[in-house]
Amino acid sequence: MNTSAVAGQKRVVFSGLVLPYLLLAPQLIITVVFFFWPAAQALWQSTQMQDAFGIGSEFVGLENFTTLFSTPEYLASFRLTAAFSTAVAVSGLVIALLLAVMANRVIRAATAYKTLLIWPYAVAPAIAAVLWLFLFSPAVGILALALRHVGVDWNHLLNGDQAFLLVVITSVWKQVSYNFLFFLAGLQSIPRSLLEAAAIDGAGPWRRFRTIVFPLLSPTTFFLLVVNVIYAFFDTFAVIDAATQGGPGGQTAVLVYKVYQDGFKGLDFGSSAAQSVVLMLIVTVLTVMQFRFIDRRVQY
Amino acid sequence: MRIRLHFRQYVLGLAGAVAVASAAPALAATEIQLWHAMTGALNERIVGLTEEFNKSQSDYHVNPVYKGSYPEALNAGIAAFRAGTAPHILQVFEVGTATMMNAKGAIKPVEVMMKEAGEPFDRTAYVPAVAGYYATANGQLASFPFNSSTPVFYYNKDAFAKAGLDPEAPPKTWTELAVAAAKLKSSGQRCGYTTTWPSWIQLETFSAWHNVEYATKNNGFGGLDARLKINSPLHVRHIENLANLSKQGLFTYGGRGNAAVSRFFSGECAMLTESSSGYANIKKNATFKFGIASLPYYPDVAGAPQNTIIGGASLWVFANKTAPEYKGVAKFFSYLSKPEVQAKWHQETGYLPVTTAAYDLTRKSGFYKQNPGTDVSVEQMIVKITDKSRGVRLGFLPQIRDVTEEELENVWAGKQTAKQGLDRAVQRGDELLTRFERGNR
Repeated sequence: MNTSAVAGQKRVVFSGLVLPYLLLAPQLIITVVFFFWPAAQALWQSTQMQDAFGIGSEFVGLENFTTLFSTPEYLASFRLTAAFSTAVAVSGLVIALLLAVMANRVIRAATAYKTLLIWPYAVAPAIAAVLWLFLFSPAVGILALALRHVGVDWNHLLNGDQAFLLVVITSVWKQVSYNFLFFLAGLQSIPRSLLEAAAIDGAGPWRRFRTIVFPLLSPTTFFLLVVNVIYAFFDTFAVIDAATQGGPGGQTAVLVYKVYQDGFKGLDFGSSAAQSVVLMLIVTVLTVMQFRFIDRRVQY
Repeated sequence: MRIRLHFRQYVLGLAGAVAVASAAPALAATEIQLWHAMTGALNERIVGLTEEFNKSQSDYHVNPVYKGSYPEALNAGIAAFRAGTAPHILQVFEVGTATMMNAKGAIKPVEVMMKEAGEPFDRTAYVPAVAGYYATANGQLASFPFNSSTPVFYYNKDAFAKAGLDPEAPPKTWTELAVAAAKLKSSGQRCGYTTTWPSWIQLETFSAWHNVEYATKNNGFGGLDARLKINSPLHVRHIENLANLSKQGLFTYGGRGNAAVSRFFSGECAMLTESSSGYANIKKNATFKFGIASLPYYPDVAGAPQNTIIGGASLWVFANKTAPEYKGVAKFFSYLSKPEVQAKWHQETGYLPVTTAAYDLTRKSGFYKQNPGTDVSVEQMIVKITDKSRGVRLGFLPQIRDVTEEELENVWAGKQTAKQGLDRAVQRGDELLTRFERGNR
């Protein structure tokens, strides 16, 4: 085992093949068992048409996929998912950054502010959804009643746009805390001396933010962008299930909700598996694009 | 200090050993696993039922395990079957019936099991509309009818009195309902009528109640090649009627599932169609006098009203268990069928009595007189059934319900006409039925 110090970092080089693989094994086994194996199963299942108990199954090739792409509701779900993910990721990041910048400037009772802002992350998605659902319930919700007083007829049970807004608000509210934590940590790691030097040079707060803070935050922002897109794609189904169940008229049935609906509730495993494969491909492509195009602008 | 602790542990250990030894005869009993989806008071009741059964004999021990919501319990059962560790008994909601019925080799039909176990079983003891729902093509009971409910009509008597309507004369027809809703509205009521479970009540039960087909092939009882018929003139007329009432502010859409029930007990809506099993909840929450009546119907439709169809769940028995285990399951089902056990379950939960004997016993006990309206559900069901009113036996029924609800929502929102919505529901539903047929060939 050679140990050499390179640019202040300790780099450990292992000789031989056994030890490094042995050390990697736990992670590799977990990846294979919990990712590659299920992914392979999904791929296989997407080519089958079978009953729920797996007693009779038939190989149908790509038919599950062709059926999906000839269904107008599925194609509509694509547009919906794109709009939903963009809304959730962008507003989640912007609001969290704003809150982090403000919390970073607070000196008195800073811990109290931070605790309050982190709180929503501890709430389970379904509970978060029910909470907002109560606030906006057309029959008894406080916010719905308040909106009625100012002339807005809130009824997300029939109004698709309002239902969309409701699930976006709930999903963003859930995720802002997570983003906030990372942004705050990022902000606190920016050397004060840089900002002070800029201030002495006469740079105002906005200019300091734009030219120093934001570029130094770019690795955090990039990481959060990837995490938030994945969150919007995969983790929001509990919110949607509790708040709108994909309704009204399928106007909040994003791709992951349809996977859950058809596979878990409907027991149509073939179609559900095909949808998972499509979703997996989309996220892979998105992640690759993010790393190829946005990663170049990130300064580490 | 340390020694004393040790001593205490020793005593505790000894006490534990004695307890285990005294419980040993119970452990020797054949263990029967029952996976269910009952929560709250219903969970307590099911635990109570199994405890009473376990105490009544010493050969078998039924162990109830809560497995989550209905879809979750069904998924757990399927996953366990695939892994070779299926429970003996699984509670499955009524829309999962076709899935279970078509799982050839995975389930043991209840009537066959009872016969093989040598346990007396009389098919005719069960209420026809309940037993018919779970019967195979040759009339045998495939699953044990356990907790069945059916939609009934609830109305706010105080609101009726305020609007100048007779609180003892609820609307019988849809025309009368519209008139009552208009009067309620002009008396200041914000919402006249709302409904829970739109697809179950406004389409499935509606079809049986008017003795029209929901799907071909006797609503799917006759084979997997059944296709939807819910865009018939009568269905279109009904949905159109509701859409018009919605436009006039007399009908308020309250959401899927039983979401609309809160609008009734908050006093916002004065009339409601909801499951009979919603009774306990409404009784607990309503701060006004309420009445229960039969569902409204269209009197000019020949054969209406026929009978309503059931919701709730039944108990399925998995295949490939040992003979002693089946004997235990059979004994347990016999116990559940006892009139006094059934009657108690019915009275405490609002579910239907599944045997006519349990109904007679409840009637004689004076329960219906003390709790007016609780017999409406039974009255709606106990009549003879027809091929069109036996129930709906379709594959992917949970998804078909989602599809019809999506289309109905677009009708209420004014985005499409009743005809367009139902045509679309039939087209999308038929695609699902085709898939189910292929997967279960």
